[in-house]
Amino acid sequence: MNSESPKSSNQPGPKPGNTALKLVLAAVAMFGFGFALVPLYDIFCEITGINGKTAGPVERVEQWVDTSRTIKVQFLTTNNAGMPWEFKALQEEVEMHPGAWTQVEFWALNPTTEDMVGQAVPSVSPAEAAQYVQKTECFCFSQQKLKAGEGRNMPLIFSLDPKIPSHIGTVTMSYTIFDAGAFAE
Amino acid sequence: MTTATANHDDHADHGHHGPAKGIMRWVFTTNHKDIGTMYLWFAFTMLFIGGTMALIIRSELFQPGMQLIEPEFFNQMTTMHGLIMVFGAIMPAFVGLANWMVPLMVGAPDMALPRMNNWSFWILPFAFGMLLLTLFTEAGAPNFGWTFYAPLSTTYAPSSVTYFIFGVHMMGISSIMGAINIIATILNLRAPGMTLMKMPLFIWTWLITAYLLIAVMPVLAGVVTMMLMDIHFGTSFFDAAGGGDPVLFQHVFWFFGHPEVYIMILPAFGIVSQIIPTFARKPLFGYASMVYATSSIAFLSFIVWAHHMFTVGMPLQTELFFMYATMLIAIPTGVKVFNWVSTMFRGSMTFETPMLFALAFVVLFTIGGFSGLMLAIAPADFQYHDTYFVVAHFHYVLVPGALFGIIAGVYYWLPKWTGHYYNENLGKFHFWMSFIGVNVTFFPMHFIGLAGMPRRIPDYALQFADFNAIATVGAFVFGFSQLIFLFLLIKTIRGGEKATDQVWEGAEGLEWTIPSPAPYHTFAEPPHVK
Repeated sequence: MNSESPKSSNQPGPKPGNTALKLVLAAVAMFGFGFALVPLYDIFCEITGINGKTAGPVERVEQWVDTSRTIKVQFLTTNNAGMPWEFKALQEEVEMHPGAWTQVEFWALNPTTEDMVGQAVPSVSPAEAAQYVQKTECFCFSQQKLKAGEGRNMPLIFSLDPKIPSHIGTVTMSYTIFDAGAFAE
Repeated sequence: MTTATANHDDHADHGHHGPAKGIMRWVFTTNHKDIGTMYLWFAFTMLFIGGTMALIIRSELFQPGMQLIEPEFFNQMTTMHGLIMVFGAIMPAFVGLANWMVPLMVGAPDMALPRMNNWSFWILPFAFGMLLLTLFTEAGAPNFGWTFYAPLSTTYAPSSVTYFIFGVHMMGISSIMGAINIIATILNLRAPGMTLMKMPLFIWTWLITAYLLIAVMPVLAGVVTMMLMDIHFGTSFFDAAGGGDPVLFQHVFWFFGHPEVYIMILPAFGIVSQIIPTFARKPLFGYASMVYATSSIAFLSFIVWAHHMFTVGMPLQTELFFMYATMLIAIPTGVKVFNWVSTMFRGSMTFETPMLFALAFVVLFTIGGFSGLMLAIAPADFQYHDTYFVVAHFHYVLVPGALFGIIAGVYYWLPKWTGHYYNENLGKFHFWMSFIGVNVTFFPMHFIGLAGMPRRIPDYALQFADFNAIATVGAFVFGFSQLIFLFLLIKTIRGGEKATDQVWEGAEGLEWTIPSPAPYHTFAEPPHVK
């Protein structure tokens, strides 16, 4: 009767143990790949530019201002569920030339009796405009700490790259404010 | 050769002890037939549990308004129904069929790693026991859908989410080990003369499925680990407040999730490719193209995941890429459907129960594929997404698709396993009740979905009432019909007309060269394949 025990390693023939080991390594590698996806997505989107996310901060350089056209830039603010701050843009919209540096102010107030930390996350519409938004200063770059009852103005200094395509006439910059207390730095 | 006995439990090969007696036989067995049997009974049990949950859902949805259960419990039912069916019924059933049939079909004495095989199975009752027990906790079972998107499954989840995560880890390890075993067996233990392009299609489809499992189950393990870290260890993978992104969850989940649905169908393609040639008494048309088509489907399955996320706010180029790639999958799938039909052309056909289920598979899976093609059109999907149209689509490909494939395989191989033919009239009765039930349940869902009924809701607007009522009636017909199957299985195991070794006149393959019932140990000497 043929035995069913596994063959020893110095004989020719099937080596299921080798196959199994390679597959275990493959499984471990795929587990790592899953985690690697976290930075990989950011890298991929940055390289292809299809992120829809704004970069920043950038150096404020004097650049050519395209006075032949203006773009309407609108500002929206949203509170994430359960975030009790007052949060609004002090200007609803500006008309600006691509290339011109513009400053707008946002207002945030912590109406609670606890010190809190907020994080604003930007979103730009249309998504293809995001790569042309240049910000030197934005309250979204860092967490905003407001003591109980404290409120302040928060500046946004930005420009639109003059290379922004001509079919874009309106850019909407939307900020959502989150309670980042769990992630306070 | 052994003397054939009516009950495969008490075989005794001369020179070998028979299987151990009593319950410890099943705890310690490394025999692929025993383990296959355990997987299949486990899956069948899970089918009834998940099916009960479906009937609870359909009962509540029978009429508009809330009559029977609270919305919070409804969400637990939809979640658990999905988890149990996907991970507890369909996947283990296919693994059970693989365990039984892969060694027999390649002429191997057992799986390559029999002790790991035992562990692969025994993890499952514990994983699902833990998951099901959460139903009885005060916080309740997972309620965030089987796709468990963050932050619903992280920030807003009940405490049972941690047990859900551990259950997924356990089940994932079981699947990965099973897949390793299957690949190691197929690549290393084939009988001499069985080259890759002579392997039965069921072996090919399981080989490819096993590679998919190894590639993507670890990614699922990764995403639930990220959830665990967000929930318990203060990370923010999916929390925008900390710099993370809920959409990241969807990308990583669906990177697993899309290959997963192909994992749930490819073995059924293999089963149907065995059954149709048998009952048409004609070789499978286009063997090589079936292999290449299955490989293409598997490859493409890695690059289409975001078609589950068309409405999430991706850039246009991305939506277009995923739309085109998804449409591409229809081509190799169509090749397979045409090959099954061509196999039957000018064949000498009979319509025993396995063939009925296999033919229903071809037609109804194709219908499910068509609704899938509609969903692939990204702009159209903006209307269909998260409606009952999606529910109709995936239930068509999973129930008259994967499940009918499994049932067809069970009927086909049951005489080999038990040594008895099942009662053909009961089998046909089971088939027709299931066929009618499944269509009455799921076809109306296309229409209510197109008319705008959302998914995962316990109550709905009045205009959806009639078709919901129809679907509920169909669900009860389909659900109770499976009791016919249960009765038939037990009856056949216990006795019946003795089956020949060949069982089916047109059947080809190594599994039909051994006695019925299959001896406890087979192919101790490898056969030579011409």
